[in-house]
Amino acid sequence: MELFDILLSVSFWAAAIRIASPLIFATMGELICERAGVLNLGIEGIMVAGAFAGWISVWAGMPLWFGVAVAMVVGMGFGLLHSILSVPFGLSQHVVGVGITLLATSVTFFTYRVALPEVSSPPKITAFAPVELPILSDIPLIGPALFHQTPLTYAAYVCVALTAWVLYRTPLGLAVRAAGENPSAVAAQGLSVTAIRMGAVIVGSGFMAVGGAFLTMSAFDSFFFEMVGGRGWICIALVVFGAWRPGKALFGAVLFAAFDALQIRLQQTGIGAAIPYQLFLMMPYILSILALVLMSRRAEVPAALMVPFSKGER
Amino acid sequence: MRLEPITNPSVLRQSMPPILAILGAFAVAALLALIAGGDPLAVFGLIIKGAMGSKFALLETLNRATPLIFTGLAVAVAFRAKLWNIGAEAQFYAGAAVTAALGTGVIAAPSAILLPTLAIGAALAGAVLLLIPAILKTRLKVDEVVTTLLFNFIFLLFISYLLEGPLKDPMGMGWPKSARLTPDARLPRIVDGLRLHWGFALALICAAALWVIDRKTTLGFEMRAVGQNVEAARFAGIPVNTVVLKTAILSGGLAAMGGFSEVAGLKGSLTLDLSPGFGYTGIVVAMLALLNPLGVVFAALFVAAIFVGADSMSRAIGVPTYLADIMLASALLMMVLAILFSKYRIRSG
Repeated sequence: MELFDILLSVSFWAAAIRIASPLIFATMGELICERAGVLNLGIEGIMVAGAFAGWISVWAGMPLWFGVAVAMVVGMGFGLLHSILSVPFGLSQHVVGVGITLLATSVTFFTYRVALPEVSSPPKITAFAPVELPILSDIPLIGPALFHQTPLTYAAYVCVALTAWVLYRTPLGLAVRAAGENPSAVAAQGLSVTAIRMGAVIVGSGFMAVGGAFLTMSAFDSFFFEMVGGRGWICIALVVFGAWRPGKALFGAVLFAAFDALQIRLQQTGIGAAIPYQLFLMMPYILSILALVLMSRRAEVPAALMVPFSKGER
Repeated sequence: MRLEPITNPSVLRQSMPPILAILGAFAVAALLALIAGGDPLAVFGLIIKGAMGSKFALLETLNRATPLIFTGLAVAVAFRAKLWNIGAEAQFYAGAAVTAALGTGVIAAPSAILLPTLAIGAALAGAVLLLIPAILKTRLKVDEVVTTLLFNFIFLLFISYLLEGPLKDPMGMGWPKSARLTPDARLPRIVDGLRLHWGFALALICAAALWVIDRKTTLGFEMRAVGQNVEAARFAGIPVNTVVLKTAILSGGLAAMGGFSEVAGLKGSLTLDLSPGFGYTGIVVAMLALLNPLGVVFAALFVAAIFVGADSMSRAIGVPTYLADIMLASALLMMVLAILFSKYRIRSG
């Protein structure tokens, strides 16, 4: 049974974790924004910008972690722009988000052409190499899958733990969650809903950009125009699937990535070869829509998501 | 900081947003041209010359505007009713695929019958494609932004499958493209010798028709009411869900007619690069037009001129053509901001 062999192989689960890593960063980023009440549709473009910014920094001679930091700062820059338009000005989060995606994508492509005119194939960098964590990686099956990855994947685990800890265990997290549920109550406490929401969008956008940077600096070692390929939109679906909770969203991202890793392997099997390969490539997007439909009946969406807040208005 | 509504905005104030957005876009472009090592004035000169400096350039701009009028109308009608259709790209391809499937000799009929059949078939395909996310929205409250976006990726893969399978051109030498349309299935040119097809006229007719629907019919009134305030519309007895579904049919149908026009009028066959993002650019067109159907025509001409001009400018002095995309994305963002300032003023405190 080919399917069984695939599901029991270390390389399959290692691939699933690798595919999940960029999604984990970006999903956490989107989750932070949405918990504060802002839908960030700039995610796709911010991931493109992050992928490029990290890669080009390393190509220009910067250390790898510096590239990650550059990606994060670029993402936060676009997040700042998004938050100014969507929070104090309260503009349509749909239009602003799509606008940010178009802007970030086109600025990235423009910069690419200016920085690297006349190149037929983009240069490669020395990307993050897998690091085996001692002891942990000796656990059968899950050990090598979870703990024989690049440092950026370990950073993704940290990102989830940090997001969950801040959201549920700190006063700041309480304020963020309240800004997305009941902003009037936050304002009544003397806190600024505007500042909290802007901060959440900026930090969240930084995480999205790191998710993008994972693609060029860990998964691959180069930048391609279509490389983000809708992963941002998939992450928005993952936030819904994860019921706006970091742990469940992490589970969703890994489950989703496992399906993705599975479809790649199924394509190479006997039955797989008989099915048009496009159907396999469609699966991530179809699964995302199914996830949205299945979760739609559960009303866990932050009550003030997409509702602009202005002080003194009831 | 607080936003205070302006009770009686003057006509001047109301007409400012598009002008400000366009000026802002040019300012951003000037800055980027400098960074890329080009002289901003030379860049603008070349863009304008490339877009309308000759008869050829002007026709090229009109041809490029045609699909943008369709997708712009599709987005405008949807956004008016707050149906966030970001999937005009997929609906455009749906129309193109139906045209390529039925126009290559499957139906043997004279032009007078075949062309309307293709157009209606295309519109139906686009309508169905948007009805799925619209029904998910009305029945299950699934956000249509994400579903329509995801559909774009799914549908482009489906087109890729069609072009390598059922619609593959047997004479295409392995290139993923459909067979050419039969002469009867082609939209003729408006004037002999001028490279401008009837798709452009069809786009203008659609814009006028949409304006009539918007201003003169109950449906137009209901769509605006739903867009302005869903709860109030429901309270007033408007069947909100039905209106949303009707809007979806109109919007998806219009985007798909763009695909029909592009295949039957300009290209003659279906390829994977038929649309360089017409669906997404339609959002910019619609917003620049303040979601007004007649404004869409002018906005589409402007946007097309920027694209055609930037292509020509890029060939001449090497400033990347993505300059056009940046201009339009910044125009979109400045537009929504300027609309706000046409209705509100900022007060401190």
